[in-house]
Amino acid sequence: MADLSVPIGSLTLKNPVIAASGCFGYGVEYSKAFDISTLGGVAVKGLFLNEREGHAPPRIVETPAGMLNAIGLQGIGVHRFVAEKLPELRALGATTIVNVCGTTIDEYCEVSRILSDHDGVHALELNISCPNIKEGGIQFGCSLIGTHDVVSAVRKVTSLPLIPKLTPNVTDPASFARASEEAGADAISLVNTFLAMAIDVETRQPKLTTGMGGLSGPAIRPIAVRMVYECRQAVKIPIIGMGGIATVTDALEFIIAGANALQVGTANFVEPLLWQGLIDGINAYLDRHQLAGVGDLVGQVRSRK
Amino acid sequence: MPVDIPAEVLSNTRLSPDYNVVALDAPDVARAAAPGQFVMIKTAPGLDPLLRRPFSIFEILRDASGEARGLSLLNKRVGVGTSLLYDARPGDRLDCLGPLGRPFVPVDPPAQAWMVAGGVGLAPFVTLAEALAARGTEMTLFYGGRSAHDLYHAEFFEALGARLVLTTEDGSRGERGRVTGPLARELAALPADTAATLYACGPTPMMRAVADLGTAHGHPSFVSLEPVMGCGMGGCYSCVVRVTRPGGTHLVRSCIEGPVFDSSTLIWDALQGGH
Repeated sequence: MADLSVPIGSLTLKNPVIAASGCFGYGVEYSKAFDISTLGGVAVKGLFLNEREGHAPPRIVETPAGMLNAIGLQGIGVHRFVAEKLPELRALGATTIVNVCGTTIDEYCEVSRILSDHDGVHALELNISCPNIKEGGIQFGCSLIGTHDVVSAVRKVTSLPLIPKLTPNVTDPASFARASEEAGADAISLVNTFLAMAIDVETRQPKLTTGMGGLSGPAIRPIAVRMVYECRQAVKIPIIGMGGIATVTDALEFIIAGANALQVGTANFVEPLLWQGLIDGINAYLDRHQLAGVGDLVGQVRSRK
Repeated sequence: MPVDIPAEVLSNTRLSPDYNVVALDAPDVARAAAPGQFVMIKTAPGLDPLLRRPFSIFEILRDASGEARGLSLLNKRVGVGTSLLYDARPGDRLDCLGPLGRPFVPVDPPAQAWMVAGGVGLAPFVTLAEALAARGTEMTLFYGGRSAHDLYHAEFFEALGARLVLTTEDGSRGERGRVTGPLARELAALPADTAATLYACGPTPMMRAVADLGTAHGHPSFVSLEPVMGCGMGGCYSCVVRVTRPGGTHLVRSCIEGPVFDSSTLIWDALQGGH
């Protein structure tokens, strides 16, 4: 049995497999189907200060090996989360990573401050990368100064592990990884979804009510692997890699590219009980390759002769 | 507690160029299922189509001793996933996750149960009718389709003791017109002291008309919705519908708060499509 634990700042994940924000509700929805405390972490749905309604349906469209979404960060807001969901997550023994949203730096700070005051929140993932909302979010994530400013501002109000979630919708994600590290992030997570579009050729209308949305699923995986690889060269802090992971092989590919831990999103929609298989598969690979722990595989890309 | 099993296709019965019934070997899902619940089916292996599709559980298949050993799905070919299911072959394995969703609550006598089905919207009513029959509840099935060959399985309901009211748009079986025609007439004729609960599944305009008729005549109605669903587990927030709750209206996930809704809580103007 290899050592599957992964340090993220002051937090130690019991294994590298995390349920991705926006794809796992508030975690409690899945507790009827399996024990969510077995996961390395549960990244709950993004939270603003207040409740948010999200976009009108249709909110998803299937594309080859992928899906487009424009949910629009529907959510119950941080106050209802700590009152209604957090006690249950705590009782379930979940390692809870809260995805923090905001339209202003003040809002990111306020949400982070509230969460930091409550037991049972283990880390904060800063959502500066959702492509589906007009204000806030990605406007920070697409500017190096904006990224630096929001990460350093939140850094001042929380001692929880801080994990900016980066967008792939920039030319050079590695520079955003560097800006996050310099601003005091404990880790980074990437990639959020790719801004994308699908059109019905008969009606000539976009298939999503919002026009564009975020592409996820296996279709984006090779691009996400490349971005994780580039970021690994740029920063020393842990990277939580994601983008189309559906199998053990996919997970291992991200670790070898440079990810210390992983998030699984879209694949959970298709296979909501895939988790133990991923965890066991990573362990079996480490044993088979006589590696003592996950850390021994991170970034171990060999050059081609 | 939902389970996910690679269910073997036991049979695929083609009813017409559009409709078929697929029987699946899924004892653990079948045993746990309640009337009106659904399953998420991966209609083909691989990544395209990527997502599962929701299907109402049509029949619970039982062995000679009465033990549930499988379930069937009533399918209408409309898109990629339903076309793949139309072409399923015995021996294929389809991942089947379920049972999922809030079920119908069968009404007890002396109230009557009036089921209203449009086309493939018949699917959730077999299990409901069985539960109603077990309670001794008097039941009627209003069942409409485009023509005679769109109406299936009516004899099953008759055998359970249901009264049948059939309609077709071309008049090839039953009364010509929409199923809501005779429903409106019979509701108007129902004595004021007779309690009836309406259950509807079918095209959205039909369900809305049923809900309106129920309200007009003072009878509760419950509808089974089937919006686009990504996961069936409450994870993705794609299947939301607008409902009235204390303090205003909210978008709620139909996979976990439905698919069956008390129609008096639904904001119909915000609903689209369906079947």
